[in-house]
Amino acid sequence: MSATLFEKVWRAHTVRALGNGQTQLFIGLHLIHEVTTPQAFEMLRARGWGVRFPERTIATVDHIVPTRDQRRPFLDVMAEDMLSALERNCRAAGIRLFDISGGAQGIVHVIGPELGLTQPGMTIACGDSHTSTHGAFGAIAFGVGTSQVRDVLASQCLALDPLKVRRIRVSGRLGRGVYAKDVILDIIRRLGVSGGVGYAYEYAGDTVERMSMDERMTICNMSIEGGARAGYVNPDQVTFDYLRGRRFAPDGDEFEAACDWWRSMASDPDARYDGEVEIDAAAIEPTVTWGINPGQSVHVSETVPRVDEAEAADRPSLREALDFMGLRDGQPIRGTKIDVAFIGSCTNARLSDLREAATIIRGRHVAAHVTALVVPGSQAVRLAAEREGLDRVFTEAGFEWRGAGCSMCLAMNPDRLEGTQVCASSSNRNFKGRQGSPTGRTLLMSPAMVAAAAIAGEVADVREFAHAD
Amino acid sequence: MPIDRIAAVEGTAIPLRGGNIDTDRIIPARFLRAITFEGLERHLFEDDRAQAGDHPFANPAHAGATILLVNANFGCGSSREHAPQAIRRWGIRAVVGESFSEIFFGNSVALGMPCLTAARAVIEELMQQAERDPRRELRLSLDALHVVSGDRSFALTMPAAARQSFLDGTWDATALLLDKYDEVESVARRLPYLRGWS
Repeated sequence: MSATLFEKVWRAHTVRALGNGQTQLFIGLHLIHEVTTPQAFEMLRARGWGVRFPERTIATVDHIVPTRDQRRPFLDVMAEDMLSALERNCRAAGIRLFDISGGAQGIVHVIGPELGLTQPGMTIACGDSHTSTHGAFGAIAFGVGTSQVRDVLASQCLALDPLKVRRIRVSGRLGRGVYAKDVILDIIRRLGVSGGVGYAYEYAGDTVERMSMDERMTICNMSIEGGARAGYVNPDQVTFDYLRGRRFAPDGDEFEAACDWWRSMASDPDARYDGEVEIDAAAIEPTVTWGINPGQSVHVSETVPRVDEAEAADRPSLREALDFMGLRDGQPIRGTKIDVAFIGSCTNARLSDLREAATIIRGRHVAAHVTALVVPGSQAVRLAAEREGLDRVFTEAGFEWRGAGCSMCLAMNPDRLEGTQVCASSSNRNFKGRQGSPTGRTLLMSPAMVAAAAIAGEVADVREFAHAD
Repeated sequence: MPIDRIAAVEGTAIPLRGGNIDTDRIIPARFLRAITFEGLERHLFEDDRAQAGDHPFANPAHAGATILLVNANFGCGSSREHAPQAIRRWGIRAVVGESFSEIFFGNSVALGMPCLTAARAVIEELMQQAERDPRRELRLSLDALHVVSGDRSFALTMPAAARQSFLDGTWDATALLLDKYDEVESVARRLPYLRGWS
């Protein structure tokens, strides 16, 4: 019987069918962070429940941590309280915590993979919607809320409805200056921000097969921006090569045995899907969002929409988005002035992202009116980048070089926009107020495009920067 | 835990227009910095309220409403349970909309706040009614899957499992998941990454 990876992983982790028709699903890896867990631990205490599989939960701190000065106690009392609560909860439950002092801290979706915790064939849950990132390894990974974090802590299980599976096949060569970020922004633009509701997206095709794990993570990360709670890529040699030698990956003979099982979990060639979409990689250009949801994007050579050319029903939301962003109907996106450039987030703050951005920046300087910062996704990424001298490339160009964390992606920490600042951002959400100022404006793009915008002081076409290739 | 069955919600409605209203708008991230959910309702739609002079959640005519009316893809974005927590703590007991983001829907189930869907035209009619007559009482039934307004009844839909869990009082899933725990242990024992690879 042929099956998709989704079906195989679901089946392997099914405990039983619940009375209401849902499935009780075993969660192989539970990742937690400081923000969405204190209430969950409190609920457990109130009910007198313990943590059932403490060795299958791994904690780190990312959302609230400052990125400029990470010495404890934090200057921000609420951040310090939240971190202390996580430390207490982890200590009491016997949960391993990768804290600021340890060298392995970082954004939860960056450290899971880099420590080899994230593996093919697993079910992974985390109280964060970008948990879909881990699907890059052929895991079924999804975000949950705090009550479900409580459920996983208490039982290592969740009550869930199965998802349908849509295969998105990307074929052909990406053009120069076009990255994984552009591919996923293009997919979201085509399928819409709610097109994936009820689905897991399986990303396939020769373009995806040629991608590194970092690139696959960027794509899976933003599945949720397309409405899909989970997205995945079938595990292959690229996946196995990435995992070999990582701290929590199997080693020796066990690694070969693991590869056999991982390979067996991939979708069968004749698996059936609930939908299929074909994407021509060669037609994708560097992409920039112009609006207030991640589906509102254009190629850098295009203009933003005109309200009078839209369907009548769409006009109010188009008007709202253009007004919020301070953009005129039909204006070219290129040349839009920016105030802030942010390279960071679980979408695009891994070593390869920093390398691509550095390629554009080397020997150039950030425009005088632009505040630019690079926030590595983890302490390990930061250290690896420093070993290559990337920190100097950035700082000599006028970027600030920060400690690891979520930073300006969601502004739960001191990094935030002010007033109506416009930010060229390598993050994942351009929602109103997302970057900390209620009236702040976010333009999502690839890290290389952020680098180009930082130098030009406005949205620019990365393909015109000589080093881009 | 006592069994808490939810079969009906009655009360006035508050109409919130707009597609793709994300959880950052429902409750901006800066209000997620506390280690409890207490008081979140005070910051519900805080930035939207400040920017729109006539936001429904700032309109005293809708104070005390128990049914929230929304458009499509409501609650998209971040998985923060703070969003449905803030809505429920404000006083909302059920949400009726064109469609919901999956994580928001699941979070709402977990805290006992059903989200039901209706056709676009139905939502539009209910919204207009609530705007015209904010004191009009609605009677929503999960059993009958409809909402009654005056002498009219509008059909609602809801995934079968979620509906059943409200009618059974099993929407708080933890106890259910801890029941028959030997079956969980046996799944853990057969997964190679837990059992050992050799």
